[in-house]
Amino acid sequence: MPDQRIPFSTHADQTVLGADEIVLNMGPQHPSTHGVLRVKLRLDGEKVIGSECVIGYLHRGVEKIAEHRSYQQFAPYVDRMDYVAAVSNGLGYCEAVEKLLGAEAPPRARVIRTILTELQRIASHLFWLGTHALDIGALTPLFYCLREREEILKIFEKFCGARLTTHAFRIGGLQYEAYDELEKDVERFCTPFDKRVDEYESLLTENRIWVGRTKGIGILTAKEAIDYGASGPVLRASGVKWDIRKAMPYAAYDQYKFEIPIGKNGDTYDRYIVRMEEMRQSRLICLQAIENIPAGPIMGKVGKVLKPPPGEVYHAIEAPKGELGYYIVSDGTTQPYRVRIRPPSLINLEAFDKMIRGHLVADVVAIIGTLDIVLGEVDR
Amino acid sequence: MANDPEEKQPSADSPKEPSAPKPPAGEGESASKPTAPPAAPAAPPAKPPVTPGAPVAAKPPAVPGATAAAKPPAAAPPRPPAAPPPPKEGPVALDNDLVKRYKEKFGPAILEAWVDRKQAILVVARELLAEIAIYSRDDEKFDWLSDLTAVDWPKREKRFDVVLNMYSMEKNERLRLKVQATADERVPSVQGIWSTANWMEREVYDMFGIIFEGHPDLKRILLPDEWQGFPLRKDYDILTQDTAWVRENLGIESGQ
Repeated sequence: MPDQRIPFSTHADQTVLGADEIVLNMGPQHPSTHGVLRVKLRLDGEKVIGSECVIGYLHRGVEKIAEHRSYQQFAPYVDRMDYVAAVSNGLGYCEAVEKLLGAEAPPRARVIRTILTELQRIASHLFWLGTHALDIGALTPLFYCLREREEILKIFEKFCGARLTTHAFRIGGLQYEAYDELEKDVERFCTPFDKRVDEYESLLTENRIWVGRTKGIGILTAKEAIDYGASGPVLRASGVKWDIRKAMPYAAYDQYKFEIPIGKNGDTYDRYIVRMEEMRQSRLICLQAIENIPAGPIMGKVGKVLKPPPGEVYHAIEAPKGELGYYIVSDGTTQPYRVRIRPPSLINLEAFDKMIRGHLVADVVAIIGTLDIVLGEVDR
Repeated sequence: MANDPEEKQPSADSPKEPSAPKPPAGEGESASKPTAPPAAPAAPPAKPPVTPGAPVAAKPPAVPGATAAAKPPAAAPPRPPAAPPPPKEGPVALDNDLVKRYKEKFGPAILEAWVDRKQAILVVARELLAEIAIYSRDDEKFDWLSDLTAVDWPKREKRFDVVLNMYSMEKNERLRLKVQATADERVPSVQGIWSTANWMEREVYDMFGIIFEGHPDLKRILLPDEWQGFPLRKDYDILTQDTAWVRENLGIESGQ
């Protein structure tokens, strides 16, 4: 095959450097880049006037692997994308394949899925908060956050035996029945959790250093956020009240009452506030859900060998980071013809260049942190 | 997995290798252009004569027959045309107000329209993609591009589908646009319409080698810049790699 590459112009920003300008390379081995992200910064003194993200260091070709596995065999792979929110990844994939099959998970499975997914959202946000605060210089929240996250991971471990890459759900429902104490464990975690969130907030929300480092940093207006395809808390902090859990309910979200917190300024501080509030809302969803877990089967009617009729489906869920979409094309065989994963981290990271311009080098870590990226998902 | 015969079978015969350039037909066709479901019976008239009994009796043997016997002769037999396939799941032609508005505005550029799993899909002319995208964003309010990707159908004359998944915040509705392109044809970039398309188009270029006309910085995004080949094409085997690159940059013979 002839080389089809054509000479492309390089980024206009990098072609000519002014006399006072330097290019600074950050990463891929840098503690604040949350994995192997490399950022090329073009600096004028300490001011960032251009940037380029270099990604792909964790590329494993997940989409190609999918074409060579059966539908069930591929399910554990999706856990390895956003590895701090594996349950959410699994939910999106299982529901997408269910849609493709025309099957549905039974009500009991849907409620248990909702509980675990919301716990996962809390765990993901806790991990984000701890590391984000650490990047900016607040050491204490990390210990508090990981302490609470540990409780959630213990629930996962009791439910399915794994803490991180859980593979908690199966196509058509659940593999495991909820263990006897699940409701109690969830309640024990959730009941005092709002006080814990207050505790984190008392450390940060009015902390002068925190406010100084986050207010007005990395502003994304609503219009820009939509233009850049941002989703999840990044979009909502810009004032767009949109959450797939409300807009196109999946799992059992239509049964529960919760609010969609939004921000006003679209800066790093607002994204922090939005995520804090989201943790409280997730707690409320969990508490409502354990009130009444319907009895019944946990597995829907799907065969052992899945052969979805030819066709395609796009299914998206509100993962902790934003819209996690699966676009699956079936050709009628037992293996997907094509699986495209729309990773929220990747698309949110795309707005980085827009957000960093005009800020200082020290703000780079604040903005990378506030985007809440996981490189396993960016690169897939 | 290895001890499950049902699981192994597809990997052996699944016609994912595009080696034979059979023009249309094949299952690539049936899955990608399903606008007219009644058109399917063209290929498999062999099935009905096998069971001369009542058409009802034809059903039970068809299932075991498909799994056991129909393995060698490729794609056509497993889907019996006798039963009406569309009602359960699958694509059905679409002709609602939305499609009418698009057709009114762009006429013949709207090539096909169907709905699959309750999701609307429009196949549009490649040349007019940019105009249609602007119209979708501004007039139809599909202001949020959630995804842009591609699918490779090597047996088809125009092997690539470039797929845009749009969402409208205002209408809470999704719409999928598709354009078809050969390996040599360039697809108009929508990067100027949705900034988010910038990286998505780079990824499609990286993985499929589709070139987007008008993209400001089209280069590889996930793979190394010097990598040869486009991994998500169907003729790129899962074990294939750019051995020269691996040897040169990693100092090993194979990255497997």
